[in-house]
Amino acid sequence: MHIAIIGNGATGVAAAKRIRQLQPDWKITLISGESDYHYSRPALMYIFMGHMSFKDTKPYQDHFWKINNIDLLRAWVTEIDHNNKKLTLHQKGQLTYDKLLIATGSKSNKFGWPGQDLKGVQGLWDLMDLRSLYENVKNAKRAVIVGGGLIGIELAEMIHSRNMEVTFLVRENSYWNNVLPKEESMMINRIIRHEGLDLKLETELKEIEGEQNGRVSGVVTNKGERIDCEIVGLTAGVSPNTDLVKETGIDTGRGILVDWSFRTNAPDVFAAGDCAELVTEGDLRNVIQQVWYTGKMQGKVAGEVIAGQDSTYDPGIWYNSAKFFDLEYQTYGNVSNVPVQGEHNLYWEHQNHQHSMRIITRNSIVIGINVMGLRYRHKVCERWIREEKTLDYVLDNLKEANFDPEFYDKFEQEIRHTFKEMAA
Amino acid sequence: MIDAKTLEYDFKEEELGFEEPFKQEDVPLTTGEKISLGLVALGILAFVVQLLGSPLQGTWAGFLLAFILPSIGASLYFWLSYKDTVPGIKHNNNYYRSLLARGSLGWIAGIVMTGFYILLYWWPKYLEGGIRMTDPLSGLLTGGPANQWFLYGLLYTIAVTVFGIRMFMKYRHNRYQKIRTASVMFFQLGLAFIIPNVLKAFNQPEYYFSYFWPLKYDYLFPSSFSYFMQSGSGVGMFFIFWGLMMTFLATPVLTYFYGKRWYCSWVCGCGGLAETMGDPWRQLSDKSTKAWRIERVLIHAVLVFIVITTVLLWINSSTSGSVFGSYSFTLKKWYGFYIGAIFSGVIGVGFYPLMGSRVWCRFGCPMAAILGIFQKFFSRFRITTNGGQCMSCGNCSTYCEMGIDVRAYAQKGENIIRSSCVGCGVCAAVCPRGVLKLENGGTYKDRYEHSDKPVTAFLDSIRHI
Ligand SMILES: Cc1cc2nc3c(=O)[nH]c(=O)nc-3n(C[C@H](O)[C@H](O)[C@H](O)COP(=O)(O)OP(=O)(O)OC[C@H]3O[C@@H](n4cnc5c(N)ncnc54)[C@H](O)[C@@H]3O)c2cc1C
Ligand code: SF4
Ligand code: SF4
Repeated sequence: MHIAIIGNGATGVAAAKRIRQLQPDWKITLISGESDYHYSRPALMYIFMGHMSFKDTKPYQDHFWKINNIDLLRAWVTEIDHNNKKLTLHQKGQLTYDKLLIATGSKSNKFGWPGQDLKGVQGLWDLMDLRSLYENVKNAKRAVIVGGGLIGIELAEMIHSRNMEVTFLVRENSYWNNVLPKEESMMINRIIRHEGLDLKLETELKEIEGEQNGRVSGVVTNKGERIDCEIVGLTAGVSPNTDLVKETGIDTGRGILVDWSFRTNAPDVFAAGDCAELVTEGDLRNVIQQVWYTGKMQGKVAGEVIAGQDSTYDPGIWYNSAKFFDLEYQTYGNVSNVPVQGEHNLYWEHQNHQHSMRIITRNSIVIGINVMGLRYRHKVCERWIREEKTLDYVLDNLKEANFDPEFYDKFEQEIRHTFKEMAA
Repeated sequence: MIDAKTLEYDFKEEELGFEEPFKQEDVPLTTGEKISLGLVALGILAFVVQLLGSPLQGTWAGFLLAFILPSIGASLYFWLSYKDTVPGIKHNNNYYRSLLARGSLGWIAGIVMTGFYILLYWWPKYLEGGIRMTDPLSGLLTGGPANQWFLYGLLYTIAVTVFGIRMFMKYRHNRYQKIRTASVMFFQLGLAFIIPNVLKAFNQPEYYFSYFWPLKYDYLFPSSFSYFMQSGSGVGMFFIFWGLMMTFLATPVLTYFYGKRWYCSWVCGCGGLAETMGDPWRQLSDKSTKAWRIERVLIHAVLVFIVITTVLLWINSSTSGSVFGSYSFTLKKWYGFYIGAIFSGVIGVGFYPLMGSRVWCRFGCPMAAILGIFQKFFSRFRITTNGGQCMSCGNCSTYCEMGIDVRAYAQKGENIIRSSCVGCGVCAAVCPRGVLKLENGGTYKDRYEHSDKPVTAFLDSIRHI
């Protein structure tokens, strides 16, 4: 049995590992055109900022693949022929498989802005983008980042670390407030400005201007302002990378359509991770998850299914984390950006604006927790939400979840008092 | 269809493609920074002038100019360069700086530091000028002229203090780092510099309360016992008692409760220097399993070596040399030369800019070996990981000075229980997702929750070599 996996990101690797565990003798080929070895995509920024070298971002030492008998193939797949179970590789011939997993990840959104193909205009998703950035920062003085999401702020921080001026255009009236509640979002606005970035809220990109030689020279915003710059970072979200499967007969929507065991409509073809769109019965929206841990989890389940087990994906209780410059953020459960009918919002923020906590309850049951500038235990928060603990219980046991380093100031007492008063 | 530009792309890891030529800081220095660096330069000038025989040599003025002035300058420089930054992790450009990433400046620093140790151990006469410059302070503390060890102790203490100030500034958002740094500064200045020298002034044996056997291997040698006894007063007896107590009682008990960090990154002078002056180079430690294997063989070999040497010396002294004759002395000499001098000094510190800050602690120190055995098998200390939050970025492994592949555990959600972990807490500090926490658990049993048992892990690591 030969399993081919396209994409050596979090998803592809998790699948390969799981298949190897369950099927010690099957042949597994992990294909990627991007890099020989799996690396951590979220670490791209640290390479650029000089915190780490590329090799430090590889989660497994190079001998790991040999020990686990997983073949690595460095190639771009250009065609999938699922009727004959055959892949066409760019300049590297063809490869036949028995079962195929597509884990091609995401790609940056481009909205057809005038000038988006000029030199100096780029997104940030992969090593190709990282390499362009190394080129683009040479002799550049100002960058304009378009799009206020997680990758945008990372790109802003990266460029800012080279002592360049950065203008950050955000369409919303506060950073990332289409995901974060107002207060948390405002904490980040403050951080961005405190770092010396030029944050322009409620501002959209209208046009990118270039010079004769094809290099970008500036942008024009929807407010008619022109900003000179040598780099434009386009980070207005990412979409599932379905380039490879279009016109192959494999169904796609926004992503590659799969059931909750990651089967596509084509026999023996599976898709998982960022590129997959999980089809949901009924009125609920289909699910696309584009973060690291869901990639790992989806890959693992897809691996089980491919290896012959009868598994279905259970996304569990949502969580995530990020870091905005020096401000850490963690979220557990359901926290929506705007108040929802029937939900109760409790919010505490330290007067120095460096720490905050939000607890969301529904009928006095805790359903979501946000912390900023605090570290909380995943296991404990997850258990509270899963076991539907009451607000009182959670507040009385808040200490149990604190995960800050030793000797740090503890705010649990204060938070407890504040929230008890609010709830009363 | 995949676009043509993507197909063209060819990333070769060996050529990296992401390395840049090393660059100097392109941030212009502020006036304050210029002045503080000026003070350092002035101090170096004062040092050289005195080396060449200026009459300042041996005066307080000369001492202050050559030692204190550059220390103040350097401390001021660190303070100024961090004070206006936003508190947080400060590792920007580490891999682009020649001094910190094994570029030419790094090699020069390594050679200079190694050279200093070689002179110190074998040709102290070339340090004579420097030694004489410290006479005034030596006179004040010990009542006598300085020797090369006094100069060494002074430079060591200055390094810990000045770079300790740097640590304070760099980690001013992190109280664990601040307290720990204050602790190593205190132990170096007080217990490893002032007290031993003042003891000399009172005609007592020079004794370091912060070093114990087997790191300070001769403290349990019979010769030291008789030497301490000779000093007459109860003081010598107290030293013997202290040494025995620390080695046989404090070491296991404190390690049980707090892990080896109570010593390695809070008290020890070698650790103190690594945590302060060594900090800029901590990312250079080798994280490969191969390095781990070498580490385990070497460090335990050194431990066996010193245990055998000590035991033989005692057998020898209690049988008046009839059993082993002079062998035990030969062993003692070898140990002193190869391990005590070459390994712990020349390589251990001299190679900071090439192999990271903990070469000795990781590959050689027998004290670390003992503490590590306790830590691995009988301690409440562990580093816990925060569920599924790890995104495998590698900051923790990169900045682990002991070369532990922290990420390998974190990405599996396993606790990290490694004999070599000195509990510096930097992995937890640099983790951008808040995944790691140093903890003293309630018992030593539950620390293996979700983690490999020591024996399984050991066998596993051998299998995976
Ligand atoms: C800058 C940045 C920061 C991020 N930070 C975080 C974070 O902090 N937390 C978090 O949870 N998530 C983060 N993410 C998102 C996270 O990296 C992705 O969710 C995750 O990498 C998805 O994994 P994947 O395996 O599904 O896809 P990918 O990692 O995208 O892997 C897909 C691979 O397939 C290859 N491929 C695609 N098409 C072909 C083809 N035709 N032939 C051969 N190979 C092909 C691609 O080159 C790529 O290597 C970040 C992403 C970026 C870009
Ligand atoms: S594992 Fe962490 S605490 Fe232990 S030595 Fe390494 S960096 Fe320090
Ligand atoms: S630094 Fe944190 S997120 Fe990164 S690999 Fe280590 S534990 Fe995981």
